[in-house]
Amino acid sequence: MPKTLLLIGTRKGLFLIEGEDRRDWTVRGPFCEGWPIYHAIHDPESGTIYAAAASEWHGAGVWRSGDLGESWELSSEGLSYEDDGGLKLSKVSGLTAAHGRLLAGAESVGIFESRDGGGAWSLLSTLEGQPGSESWNDPGSQPPGHLGVPAILPDAGDPKHLWAIVQGYGIFETTDDGETWTPRNKGLRADWPLENPEVGYCVHKLVRSPVDPERFYQQNHVGMHRSDDGGHSWTEITEGLPTEFGFAAAAHPHDRDTFYVIPLDPGHGRCMPEGQAAVWRTRDAGSKWERLDRGLPERDAHLGVLREGMAIDAHDSPGLYFGTSTGQVFASTDEGVSWDEIASYLPGISSVEVATVA
Amino acid sequence: MADVHLPSTLRPLFPDLPRQLELEAGTVEEAIAQLDERWPGLKDRLCEPGPALRRHINVYVDRERAELDAPLSKSSRVDVIAAISGGCQEPSRHVARAPRAR
Repeated sequence: MPKTLLLIGTRKGLFLIEGEDRRDWTVRGPFCEGWPIYHAIHDPESGTIYAAAASEWHGAGVWRSGDLGESWELSSEGLSYEDDGGLKLSKVSGLTAAHGRLLAGAESVGIFESRDGGGAWSLLSTLEGQPGSESWNDPGSQPPGHLGVPAILPDAGDPKHLWAIVQGYGIFETTDDGETWTPRNKGLRADWPLENPEVGYCVHKLVRSPVDPERFYQQNHVGMHRSDDGGHSWTEITEGLPTEFGFAAAAHPHDRDTFYVIPLDPGHGRCMPEGQAAVWRTRDAGSKWERLDRGLPERDAHLGVLREGMAIDAHDSPGLYFGTSTGQVFASTDEGVSWDEIASYLPGISSVEVATVA
Repeated sequence: MADVHLPSTLRPLFPDLPRQLELEAGTVEEAIAQLDERWPGLKDRLCEPGPALRRHINVYVDRERAELDAPLSKSSRVDVIAAISGGCQEPSRHVARAPRAR
């Protein structure tokens, strides 16, 4: 019977949580020598797990396992900027596998690709010349823990068509594999002065409906937004949520209008409001929101969930999974209506992804 | 032959890498290059482009803090140390401990 595999990136290594029929979960790990993991994925084409990591001592690299975690190899070959270019690579994150290659986002801002399954990497683009690029690698312009390019979305049909988030600056689209880019932030709100209205938006998480390629959603620093034209313009859909702030988001695999978020208190706390854990769902593209909290802790639950901290599977009744910055993992097999805590004491969680494996 | 001591954090990354070995090298950089030939990728774990030692990697030659261009003699002891930290979450506040004299 196929198993559900959760890939849990934490501050101290990667953990794998497996369950048959999305029950009887078992935890394996830590893997990757306890290196901080910023994002981990399972490539369904090759069956390989990849984990983007950065050690304070030994630099950044991508771990890979072709046998579901039994053995691991680290590579950073080519995962650096030229010696004289003035850019340093401090972290990798935002992994994606599509069209026979891997992509990884980097800080300083850049996108690297690997066409040999993560053995060697080469620079695809630094988005040079885009508005904002004159300052986005300046440490004075960056928040703590800056990830550079925290996410890259590939197009399912066109291998040269990508969207990338530059942290603190917004979304950029390319249709020629990174040769040229266009900012895609029209209609977003910013509660701070902008030198150039094309950029300066703090996009935390970008998701695309698997059933409608024109439909995107994003959780932003200041609000939820929806796009119905492939990201060319955005409409705010925050009304009805308890806060405008959050990181994680997930799009329903079969319904273009259903979308999940985890609102957090803004400011330094960045935890679920009132110490009451909840996921919020819209089923009408953001006109109304409903609170989903059955089985989640109801008091003293000051939980944070980071931008890659929630995932959704593709079952007929999709399962949702989220991991907290205090090490708990919660799972739902009924589209978020009810929840079980399936791991309680992991290190702080940076990312959650879900896969189905034999 | 320089007597080279490596941090324990490298061993899980490179099969058969010992904690201590002897090398014939004129500088710290040459010693690391030799290690990289035998264990490809090892230089990346100790150095960043430039090249320069990574921020939290410290090298001592005969108990003196050294950089990549530090010369080695046949009797040099080289200690490569992953800087020790603890007690706070700010990774830049670390304590580099000098190796004990033999």
